[in-house]
Amino acid sequence: MSLSEKQVVALIEELTVKHLRVWVQEGWIEPRIADEGPVYDEIDVARLRFVCQLKHEMNVNDDALPVILDLVDQLYGLRRTLRMVGHAIENQPQSTRDLIAKAIRESSGP
Amino acid sequence: MTDDPYEILGVPRDASQSEISKTYRKLAKKLHPDLNPGNPEAEERFKKVSGAYQLLKDPEQRERFDRGEIDASGAEKHQHKFYREYADAGDTGRYHSTAGFQDFEDVSDIFVDLFGQGRGPRANMRTRGPNVHYRMEVDFLEAVNGAKRRITMPDAKSIDLTIPAGTRADSVLRLKGKGRPGHGDGPAGDALIEIAVKPHHLFRREGDNIVIDLPITLDEAVLGGKVEVPTVSGRVNLTIPAGANSGRVMRLKGKGVKPVGRPAGDQLVKLTIAMPSEIDPELQAFIQTWRESHAYDPRTNIKSAS
Repeated sequence: MSLSEKQVVALIEELTVKHLRVWVQEGWIEPRIADEGPVYDEIDVARLRFVCQLKHEMNVNDDALPVILDLVDQLYGLRRTLRMVGHAIENQPQSTRDLIAKAIRESSGP
Repeated sequence: MTDDPYEILGVPRDASQSEISKTYRKLAKKLHPDLNPGNPEAEERFKKVSGAYQLLKDPEQRERFDRGEIDASGAEKHQHKFYREYADAGDTGRYHSTAGFQDFEDVSDIFVDLFGQGRGPRANMRTRGPNVHYRMEVDFLEAVNGAKRRITMPDAKSIDLTIPAGTRADSVLRLKGKGRPGHGDGPAGDALIEIAVKPHHLFRREGDNIVIDLPITLDEAVLGGKVEVPTVSGRVNLTIPAGANSGRVMRLKGKGVKPVGRPAGDQLVKLTIAMPSEIDPELQAFIQTWRESHAYDPRTNIKSAS
């Protein structure tokens, strides 16, 4: 999916051009840039819907929005890292996995 | 589980519209799947709650439901993908931040070593304006040979961007001062443009070398010959030595990427013998005779290894 600014505003009911531009300016949304201007793909559209829901349905104000987005980005960053660590451990031989499990149990206290 | 929208939201049947909105807002904040990525139960409940709210938020629709004219199944289903499904999907989750573990000094920087310095937090208290991040797709040959592109920024300003020859995929071009304005007298931030390179149907890149698969005919393989090969800087002639085998790699020195500030790479041509699409009787008869007096075994290594 590659949508222009116009198309993305038409697609998402609650979204106005004015808000979209401000959010891009603020760095909450990061479209790809092409010769003809900003281009929005699936993840941008889903993130825009999420921001719209935060703003309109949950009444989150503009001061709190970047705080939430920052925490959400950190959460997904941590989830991604944790999943990579999990996969890496999973691919180790059983003896290594046992050592890691033991080390985790020991470091998580009595 | 109940289908009754009042029960799902947990409001009395005579609740006011504002009470319904307030209750929904409270539940949505708690249950929204993008805020609860590891909790499938929250997603199920959120879908029900938002379906119930869709039905009750419109007083006219709510009245019709109360009169029994429409039932709860008429409620609009949640039809869009949640942000979570992209943010949680590995490489496509490009908004993720590594700020959550950048201070883990007590684990000897292992996380930063392994996972790198991702984007930091967005909030920025310094007087310098924040950087803005963009991604841009360029063609394979544009990245290899360099290119000039005029791009329109989201604020409608145009910038002439030079993509230097030899630009690697995922490298970041920095446009000084093209980010967001600074606070007070602070200088503007930079625009950071991550370059995504589209794959090419013939060429692959390995470092500064260009790799290409080149099919050759049976007779070219046996007798040798000159063939024309495309390179990133035009076509050149390549001499195939007699007896060339599939998998043999010919090196065209200096015909790879010619990056700024690094020595030029080579083009590596991987030969593959392509049989004729049809084995004619003449070839078949010849090979039959040939086999009788020239048997050879290319699999001696494989046999002795097992």
